[in-house]
Amino acid sequence: MFSAQTSAVEQTKAIAAAIAGMCRAGDLIVLVGDLGAGKTAFCQGFGEALGVTSPITSPTFTLAQEYEGRLTMHHLDVYRIEQLEEVRDLAIPELLDGDAVTLIEWGDTIIPALPNDFLEVRLTYGDGDDDRTVAMRCVGPGWSSRSAGLQNAIRAWMDQT
Amino acid sequence: MSTAEPSEQLILGIETSCDETAAAVVANGTRVLSNVISSQIDLHARYGGVVPEVASRAHVTAMTPVVAQALLEAGVEPGELHGIAATHGPGLVGSLLVGVSTAKALALVWDLPFVGVNHLEAHLYASFVEEPDLEMPLVVLLVSGGHTMLVLMRGHGDYEVLGQTMDDAAGEAYDKVARQLGLGYPGGPIIDRLAMTGKPTIAFPRPVLNEGYKFSFSGLKTSVINHIRKNPDAKTEDVAASFQEAVVDVLVTKARRAAVETGAKGLATGGGVAANSRLREAVIDACLEDGLTPFLPSRSMCTDNAAMVGAVGWWRLNSDGPSPLDTGATPNLGLPVR
Repeated sequence: MFSAQTSAVEQTKAIAAAIAGMCRAGDLIVLVGDLGAGKTAFCQGFGEALGVTSPITSPTFTLAQEYEGRLTMHHLDVYRIEQLEEVRDLAIPELLDGDAVTLIEWGDTIIPALPNDFLEVRLTYGDGDDDRTVAMRCVGPGWSSRSAGLQNAIRAWMDQT
Repeated sequence: MSTAEPSEQLILGIETSCDETAAAVVANGTRVLSNVISSQIDLHARYGGVVPEVASRAHVTAMTPVVAQALLEAGVEPGELHGIAATHGPGLVGSLLVGVSTAKALALVWDLPFVGVNHLEAHLYASFVEEPDLEMPLVVLLVSGGHTMLVLMRGHGDYEVLGQTMDDAAGEAYDKVARQLGLGYPGGPIIDRLAMTGKPTIAFPRPVLNEGYKFSFSGLKTSVINHIRKNPDAKTEDVAASFQEAVVDVLVTKARRAAVETGAKGLATGGGVAANSRLREAVIDACLEDGLTPFLPSRSMCTDNAAMVGAVGWWRLNSDGPSPLDTGATPNLGLPVR
């Protein structure tokens, strides 16, 4: 587990862009954080770095959006999912199988339904209105092997403590 | 037996894109013979939003009785219909499939043409159901839980999306702020009522107010949440009134700018948020100042309904003919633009 500090939404997007640069097909990123913490902003920065040109909007209403970039990007939001069985309708294994990266907002609520190989990004509020802590946790072999590279990629925003 | 005129074409419209199961019989795209809605709001209230799987199951249960009721209230036999229209997107895929499958099955059994209807186009046509002679070009402010956009209607079927939200829809911001304030679901009507008793004392930001026709409500939502976190004793009604003022200010400022800059004759609204009382007031005031004709559909025509689907179904059937029977549900369907 390691974390970075940001003081503006653009910095959260920049961290997302740095992570996007390290992503490959089949990757899964689980986004955790309260309303307004910056989960969709993270996905916007991530998508822009993948070369997505269409606007990346909140997927709360339709639950899943797909964008074309260097890799296809699946953007899911499970905010409204209350029962694990409902996750079936999102066909997550099929999404992960393809030539794409998948980002799931509020993904911590459906962990049992996800493969044990993902990057967790946790956004929490700081003291100032725009201050956020971006904490990352590598779960499973695919991400753990990239942990050092990941920390290097976001070094500029890392905690010095 | 039927209340239809011999020259009229009757369309059965079906709407299941989100949490309303609805069916209606509409003559010639304007005369509503019946308009039946079975709402699932109570089912979803405890979740603070629509739950897709719950919605799909509820649509399955309500679909047949709602269609039967629509035909009964219209006094129409299936043999008198000219076509069956159903929303095929955008919306929740499981919900859409219930309406689309029902409509296609009925079309096959009753040997009628099927028409797949775009939900956004249906909201645009809600105004024409109530005011068929509305003059174009017309700017429509389409605001709901899933969408926030400004559309220029040059003629029937001839649209241009002038701008839309870059993150959250306005109705989504209402739902999320209401949830944060512990007010329940749906957030729009609850905040609307509460705001009447409060004062807009807090200066929340007006995101991208001066940048063209695009919208952004994510930052406003965050700003409200920050305010609540730092001022736990803030009066809920004042927060609600201040939030609503910011949303309405952005929506109306951009809508009137679009109407003036495109030389539109009028400004119409559509979508669930268009039922908001403060927004309706502000649209009328803006139109009076700018010499535009305002058109605000009745509240029941703003929220999801099947009459608007029947209306678009009639227009599309006459302009493009029937849709193929392999038409599926398209959750991310965009507005057809020329």
